[in-house]
Amino acid sequence: MALLDIQGVTRRFGDFTAVDNVSLAVEAGEFFTLLGPSGCGKTTLLRMIAGFDLPDAGRILLNGEDLADSPPELRPVRTVFQSYALFPHMSVEGNVAFPLQMARVPSGERKARIEAALEDVRLQGFNRRYPHELSGGQKQRVAIARALVTHPTMLLLDEPLAALDAKLREDLSIELINLQKEVGIAFVYVTHDQTEALALSHRIAVMNRGRIEQLDEPSKIYGFPRTRFVADFIGHCNLFSGPIREANGSLALVDVDGLGPVRVATATSAAGGARGTIALRPEKIRIAAEAPSGTPDNHFHGAVRDLLYMGDVTVYRVAIEGGTIVEALLANSQSGRAKFFEVGDAVDVSWPVGAGHFIVE
Amino acid sequence: MRRRPAWLWAAAIFAYAFLYVPLLIVVVYSFNDSRLNAEWVGFTFDWYRTLASDDQMLKAAGNSLMIGIVVSFVSTVLGTMAGLAMHRYRLRLLPILIVAPIAIPEILMGVSLLIFFVLLNFTLGLVSVALAHIAFCIGFVAIVVRARLAGMDETLTEAARDCGATPASAFRYVTLPLIMPGVIAGALMAFTLSIDDFVITFFTAGAGTITLPLQIYSMIKISVTPEVNAVSTLLMLLTLLLIVVAAKLSPTLLPSERETTP
Repeated sequence: MALLDIQGVTRRFGDFTAVDNVSLAVEAGEFFTLLGPSGCGKTTLLRMIAGFDLPDAGRILLNGEDLADSPPELRPVRTVFQSYALFPHMSVEGNVAFPLQMARVPSGERKARIEAALEDVRLQGFNRRYPHELSGGQKQRVAIARALVTHPTMLLLDEPLAALDAKLREDLSIELINLQKEVGIAFVYVTHDQTEALALSHRIAVMNRGRIEQLDEPSKIYGFPRTRFVADFIGHCNLFSGPIREANGSLALVDVDGLGPVRVATATSAAGGARGTIALRPEKIRIAAEAPSGTPDNHFHGAVRDLLYMGDVTVYRVAIEGGTIVEALLANSQSGRAKFFEVGDAVDVSWPVGAGHFIVE
Repeated sequence: MRRRPAWLWAAAIFAYAFLYVPLLIVVVYSFNDSRLNAEWVGFTFDWYRTLASDDQMLKAAGNSLMIGIVVSFVSTVLGTMAGLAMHRYRLRLLPILIVAPIAIPEILMGVSLLIFFVLLNFTLGLVSVALAHIAFCIGFVAIVVRARLAGMDETLTEAARDCGATPASAFRYVTLPLIMPGVIAGALMAFTLSIDDFVITFFTAGAGTITLPLQIYSMIKISVTPEVNAVSTLLMLLTLLLIVVAAKLSPTLLPSERETTP
């Protein structure tokens, strides 16, 4: 039995369906992420798990028990809010002590529990500080300590890193992974940041318009996006669409608009005439001045239209003769070498059938 | 900073003089060693001494204080609840119902409350006065409390519930401490409004019940005695003190320089 079982949950606000018949299960000890653009329903779903909102249809079970009649204070889950939501009139210790106080933990036991929670988030010695004396990252640590102090069954995190700057976000991400391993409780994490989701999660549910587009491990989400939306939302992706000439269960041939016939490996078969999309990551494309030796599966000529130097890599946008733009990426691993091509250079792009991922629309 | 034209200064000085010079005269003459408010004779504390031995005056002051304390307590509890309701439920009619007694002319409130009490066969006295004061003080408290709530982060209440607090505990430990400055400011406002109310008190007190403003009014029917000046000065001092305390506790009521400059 899964720890958290969401069965056909729907939530409407007037005419707008925020969460549309969503079902998913989260296992004990899992780092589970709800990923999607703003307004996709991820936060509404999280609020329903926390008990701040109730589903119009469907059930939410925790440890097999229906949560419908449990108010937030009786659910063994804790939320970490994006805005931290620390009580401004209480010290760090007061904030962390609050859940213990509410749970009527004897005061003799509290001190040790508070210290342990502050140690978990590496904030020992901050007991007497007030929230307004803390930095954003420290506030978020206090919020996490407050959420963990009563040893909940599950932690719900609502974009906890969104308000922090990039460097701090990365540091805290790593700490979150370690912390989750350490305390061993399930995390349900909401974010619109795909990098965060890929880095942190055991599994990701990509949401769009209240529905789950794909639920998979990060590498599967990235490598094998099931829908055009997922391919486009997660990382950079070339999306080539056109009528399918044939798809026989091992290989598909698509007449890509503005490019020409493209071959791609696939396990699905589809009738000719339907439309298909090939999702192709920029880093899987070979870009070179000369044609490769041998006969590549897919091979096109074009000219560099613009390029983006990113430090570690350079992204080249190549205009193919048919008019399509192909995005390719080269690592600048050789020091001092900023770029391999200039704007206007004639280049040759190619990729094997296995590089792309085929999506039937 | 740009220099302001002289006429603006003149207008300002005139306006403030019009507001505060009469009050100043009352204060000055309360120390005047003469029965008449005509000329300055000499300094004396006699009028304050007379005041302290005037039983009627002391009784009126006692009544006013008692009513003021009861009214500020009851209307603060009810007004805070009303402020919370206005904040939480976006009903259009609710704020109108709560705040209307502030805007309704006092004379109208007084007359209608008198008719209401008579219809109910309610004996006019201290209780009817207190009830009438509570009726118009609730609105003031509600407005101050709601202003305070509007500046509060909504997720804090949710966070309290999430931490295991029942709605009652969340209010007690999180919401109430955060809106406390507004609540106290509201209570002080209610107290000052109650202690110097004349019109509504006049209609709802009935015969034989006296409060400080009623007593002062009955005394000046003959002439403005220095004793009235003395009691007015004391009342002014009390009100001023409460306003200063209220402003300290609720910066939104009287924005200080700290709030206006970032």
